[in-house]
Amino acid sequence: MTNEIVCAGFGGQGVMLIGQLLAYGGMLEGKEVTWFPSYGPEMRGGTANCSVVISDQPVGSPIVAEPDGLIAMNGPSLARFKAAVKPGGVIVYNSSLVTETPELPGVKICAVPANELARELGNDKIGNMVVLGAFLGLTKAVAVSSIETALQQVLPARRHHLIPLNSAALQKGFSIAEA
Amino acid sequence: MERVMMKGNEALAEGAIRAGCRFFFGYPITPQNEIPEYMARRMPEVGGVFLQAESEVSAINMVYGAGGAGGRVLTSSSSPGISLKQEGVSYMAGAQVPCVIVNVARGGPGLGGLTPSQSDYFQATKGGGHGDYRLLVYAPGNAQEMVDLIGLAFDKAEAYRNPVMILSDAIMGQMMEPVVLPPLREVAPDKPWATTGKHGRSTPNVINSLGIVGEDLERINIELQEKYARMAADEVRYEADGVEDADLVVVAYGTSSRVVRSAISRLRQEKMKVGLLRPITLWPFPQQVLAELAAAGKRFLVVEMSTGQMVEDVILSVNDRSKVTFFGKLNGTVPTVKEVYDRIRSLLSEGGEG
Amino acid sequence: MKKIFAYPCALAKKRTHYCPGCTHGIIHRLVAEAIDDLEIQERTIGIAPVGCAVLAYEYFDVDFQEAAHGRAPAVATGVKRVHPEAIVFSYQGDGDLASIGMAEIIHAATRGENITVIFVNNTVYGMTGGQMAPTTLPGQKTTTSPYGRDTATVGYPIRVCELLATLDGPAYLERVSVHDPQHIIKAGRAIRKAFATQVAGKGFSLVEVLSSCPTNWGMTPTQSLNHIKETLVPYYPLGVYRAPEEVTGDDE
Repeated sequence: MTNEIVCAGFGGQGVMLIGQLLAYGGMLEGKEVTWFPSYGPEMRGGTANCSVVISDQPVGSPIVAEPDGLIAMNGPSLARFKAAVKPGGVIVYNSSLVTETPELPGVKICAVPANELARELGNDKIGNMVVLGAFLGLTKAVAVSSIETALQQVLPARRHHLIPLNSAALQKGFSIAEA
Repeated sequence: MERVMMKGNEALAEGAIRAGCRFFFGYPITPQNEIPEYMARRMPEVGGVFLQAESEVSAINMVYGAGGAGGRVLTSSSSPGISLKQEGVSYMAGAQVPCVIVNVARGGPGLGGLTPSQSDYFQATKGGGHGDYRLLVYAPGNAQEMVDLIGLAFDKAEAYRNPVMILSDAIMGQMMEPVVLPPLREVAPDKPWATTGKHGRSTPNVINSLGIVGEDLERINIELQEKYARMAADEVRYEADGVEDADLVVVAYGTSSRVVRSAISRLRQEKMKVGLLRPITLWPFPQQVLAELAAAGKRFLVVEMSTGQMVEDVILSVNDRSKVTFFGKLNGTVPTVKEVYDRIRSLLSEGGEG
Repeated sequence: MKKIFAYPCALAKKRTHYCPGCTHGIIHRLVAEAIDDLEIQERTIGIAPVGCAVLAYEYFDVDFQEAAHGRAPAVATGVKRVHPEAIVFSYQGDGDLASIGMAEIIHAATRGENITVIFVNNTVYGMTGGQMAPTTLPGQKTTTSPYGRDTATVGYPIRVCELLATLDGPAYLERVSVHDPQHIIKAGRAIRKAFATQVAGKGFSLVEVLSSCPTNWGMTPTQSLNHIKETLVPYYPLGVYRAPEEVTGDDE
């Protein structure tokens, strides 16, 4: 069983972090994992995406060309990667920043108004975790609890006070997907 | 054993520290900056030295000084920077100064790009600088090998008194994977040849690559060649995966071997007889095993992120006993799994066995 | 009975390859005497250049590393960082230090690297056959400035001590000459002071020694010494360009 995922968005939306958390969570569950980043030339802003592979087998290519899952945090990212998603795959996108409603035969699609939900949670920056939660709800790629453990290891100690907020955002997203 | 997620470049840097490396001299260049940045943070914690040199040339000459003085010393760079370092590499080969040099390769020629490439194979394995010399060259295929091979590289560099190169690339360096780190080693210097100050020794130690009398230089070169022959006999490493019953053996290293592995796993599900031969040492090259596979009737496909460099060594190893085909992607692009899959399928169907 | 003259311990008992009348031999001796005086022979590591002094490792009885052209300060840095307790010096000519090795010397100086540099300036590339150096004087004829150095096309000589004195890093910079016994004695003091600066952990020290090249200048040894005095010294003023603080070893 191999799960190949692309996370994409603007720089600053936290797509690299949610990709790392997916990989980290997979590792904590005893899987073989890779995370591979792709940046634009900009130091700030611009677009960013990363490939995550979670597998029972040693991972071959860390670059995902045909994802099983896509997390798109903005319109350009959705437009760029949606057609590559495999039949039977999943797309979770940030509908706060995407006006079109994508339709792809054989692909499960979930719209998450991440910016609004983040604001409701009291922190504009937490939208990425809401979308990740929704992705986990749909795919069960890794357990939410593994992501929470991963947060302890990925976030520096001075940010650990934010872990409860991150958990709430993950749960919020998860419940949307379940609904 | 606890697994931690690390970027390849950071895994390599921590692996070096754990292997007792206490001296790092380098210069910023993308995509290897995680290594000097990691060393700048980490070296003071272990009582080591990190120094950002004024140039690649200075960095490699600081390595020459530190290695000659008996330090376990590392430098890293990326392709254009490695070209600049070749002066010092040649001097260290000539003066038999141990050190480890990491090339997180990017596309060229010239300034090239920041994207991953395997177009420095010739430079790494066939010389690079002037003169008749060889480096031991390791090509890690995952983050764990970044850790394991850097440790081995230091041990071998000192055992042979020779520079060792780790040929990585932008993907191997930037990718995060789980690694198991070995315990921290402190390496006691046992280098009676090193410049330390005489401290009672009757004759001075001299680190030198000058052989101004012709006969001296010939003697030095004969000695070096004998050493390289020992390295060639004893240091070959490779991974062979499913080659015994394969009709086609794909030869690839580093990042391209990862793509090949994905393609092969799909093909095996379709009962295709295809195997992977992944050189871990690029010099010495796993010539013998390729010759044996060729004699057993296997055909070969070489996949590289270059216009074809390692393929020449495969052709030399196979030596007309079998057919060698090449699939390369030019600088800046990585072959996709599908491209490699399609190429292997078409080769197998050409042969009639597919 | 007090011995007042002896062969320095730090000097190897070997015949040098230097040309008749060349002052490298004198400067070697001054370096060896300084090492003896400070009793640092057992912990000294020298760095040889590319140039006339390429074989310096043969002439001193201390550990040595032979550097690539111009890289001696970088090599010295590597050695010193491994052995901070060692006394590390480079011995470099003008082409090596002020042309191909300019980046290395400036950055070693600005880092305040605790090493000593003996910079031998004879305004010409000696070993390669008398080509123009970065310190070749305006109008001076060399094999690559056969009509005399034309400053309109190749610019002006570099005054290394003055250049390095613009930096905060160096602890001690002095220019000396070896054209007569009085100046040789002064040069010896400066070289000893430079090593003492390092022994005291004060940082980067460099002594620039104006030196002769009878062969490539096309002069007799005596004419060469006069040439230093009359032509080089006016262009490259002798003196201290950065005074070390409170360093013993200066017996004046």
